[in-house]
Amino acid sequence: MKNKVLRIIKYLILVIGALVTLIPFFWMLSTSFKTLGEVYQMPPGLLPNNFNFDNYRVVIEKTPMSTYLFNSVLVTTIVTVGTLVTSILAAFAFSRVKFKGRDIIFTILLSTMMVPSELLITPNFVILSKLNLINTLTALYLPWISSMFAIFLLRQYFLGIPEELYYAAKVDGCSDFKYLIKVMVPLTKPALITIALLKIVYSWNEFLWPMIMVSTPDKRTLPVGLAYFMTEAGPNYHLLLAYASIIIVPVIFIYLLLQKYIIQGITRSGIKG
Amino acid sequence: MNKGNSMKNAAIGILYLLPAMVILGVFQIYPIIKVFLMSFYTQYNYFQHIVFEYGVGNYIQLATDPKFILALKNTSIFVFGVVPTSMILALFFAALLNSKVRLKKFFRNIYFLPFVTSTVAISMVWRWIFHSKHGILNYGLGFLGIDLIPWLIDPDWSMVSLIILSVWKTLGYNILILLTGLQNIDEQYYMASKIDGANSWKRFTRVTIPLLSPTLFFVSITSLIGSFKVFSEVYALFEKRPGPLNSALTMVYYIYDKMTNQFSYGVAAAASVVLFIIILTITMIQFLIGKRFVHYK
Repeated sequence: MKNKVLRIIKYLILVIGALVTLIPFFWMLSTSFKTLGEVYQMPPGLLPNNFNFDNYRVVIEKTPMSTYLFNSVLVTTIVTVGTLVTSILAAFAFSRVKFKGRDIIFTILLSTMMVPSELLITPNFVILSKLNLINTLTALYLPWISSMFAIFLLRQYFLGIPEELYYAAKVDGCSDFKYLIKVMVPLTKPALITIALLKIVYSWNEFLWPMIMVSTPDKRTLPVGLAYFMTEAGPNYHLLLAYASIIIVPVIFIYLLLQKYIIQGITRSGIKG
Repeated sequence: MNKGNSMKNAAIGILYLLPAMVILGVFQIYPIIKVFLMSFYTQYNYFQHIVFEYGVGNYIQLATDPKFILALKNTSIFVFGVVPTSMILALFFAALLNSKVRLKKFFRNIYFLPFVTSTVAISMVWRWIFHSKHGILNYGLGFLGIDLIPWLIDPDWSMVSLIILSVWKTLGYNILILLTGLQNIDEQYYMASKIDGANSWKRFTRVTIPLLSPTLFFVSITSLIGSFKVFSEVYALFEKRPGPLNSALTMVYYIYDKMTNQFSYGVAAAASVVLFIIILTITMIQFLIGKRFVHYK
């Protein structure tokens, strides 16, 4: 009897925790379909009276949404692809090519993992202004197309591939690069997907950096656009939360489809992007 | 290996490393040096990149700026509000999930959801939830007979709101890491303590906690560092302002403000260095404490 009560309490707590986690998401979507009248109605209605995409249409008409979306997709894609390419190449050198000074380079680069990216914002702003890249999309992706975290993770996976395979391929006259692309990359696909997903989530949501680097509407990403829309929308929370949904819902879809990889990446390393 | 071969290997190695080395070198390693230098620029022409004078002026300016002192104080309050709360709750939920529960993965994945969402976007949602007249939080509290709380308007409540939002956002990540740590604890230890007649609470405090201490230690460091860098939540919750009467002015907000509104890059750099030193010091202290209390196998 006592055990049964305890079990019920246990599930009750877990369900309450899940509800508290989900309510903001539910409330965001629900509000995004309401009319202004319903938004400020007391007591608030749990669901909108009718589901139509009017608010979304208004947001897309009122803001340069297509530009923001294009910028966000472009920056996220370049950051992700760039990180994969630079990490695959570097991890290969760190795991298979033996040369003097390799470990020193590795240690120096490893130290960058300890540095909070907020520390880099002021100097990077100045470095990019010297390169005449202020208020360009290049400034939004260039500093982030390589990540020591990704190199580190990938190197671990590469080291797990038996060296004999590499030497056998060498004897058969297979070039380094061909071996890397044909053997190592396919074997470490899960790790690559993990790195890609973490990078996608990270750069899609990035706010402080583009906020500082970009000044004109044609260069804004979605989160920056939302910050400007906040002033414009004022008390029109149905519009504001429709915009917020546009940013959040795609990532939730990716997460639900591929959560296995994201969870794996986090638990293996515990470090963010 | 003959000499020619090792030279060739070095060339090949460097070639593969080059793209990553250039990017990391220019945008991650050089900036670390640069930020320290910048923090000592007292006379600096931003448009022509000419430094006229070096000195400790920026640091003196920080020390005498009541706003910076306030940002330090607020950030500390925030960190001490978020980190323990999030850790205790996460440990509680992780322990629940680690006991015999159905749908373990389902719950874990739901709790983790806030981690992948845009901070700015979800903070807007919370701004609406915290709305004093029309927010669902006050509406819900009304059922418990609690009067309207001015969450975002009253300086006494604004930090509480910020802490609630951040605990909500970081909880799932901490649960996930702690749960992984719990799952790595060998069953044998529990068997042994059961034979020795330890009850479940004793097992938890004498077996689980010590064996989980490396993970707890890791989570405490990442939470602390993460909390010190709070910015987007402030920006979105309080409509671009650092809270009523600067009550939610945090260190990164201060840096952001110095850069974008006042163009004082030297002061911003100095503030970044101070933030970095604080984070570094706390990490060091934690390592020292960790050495004494953390049990590695």
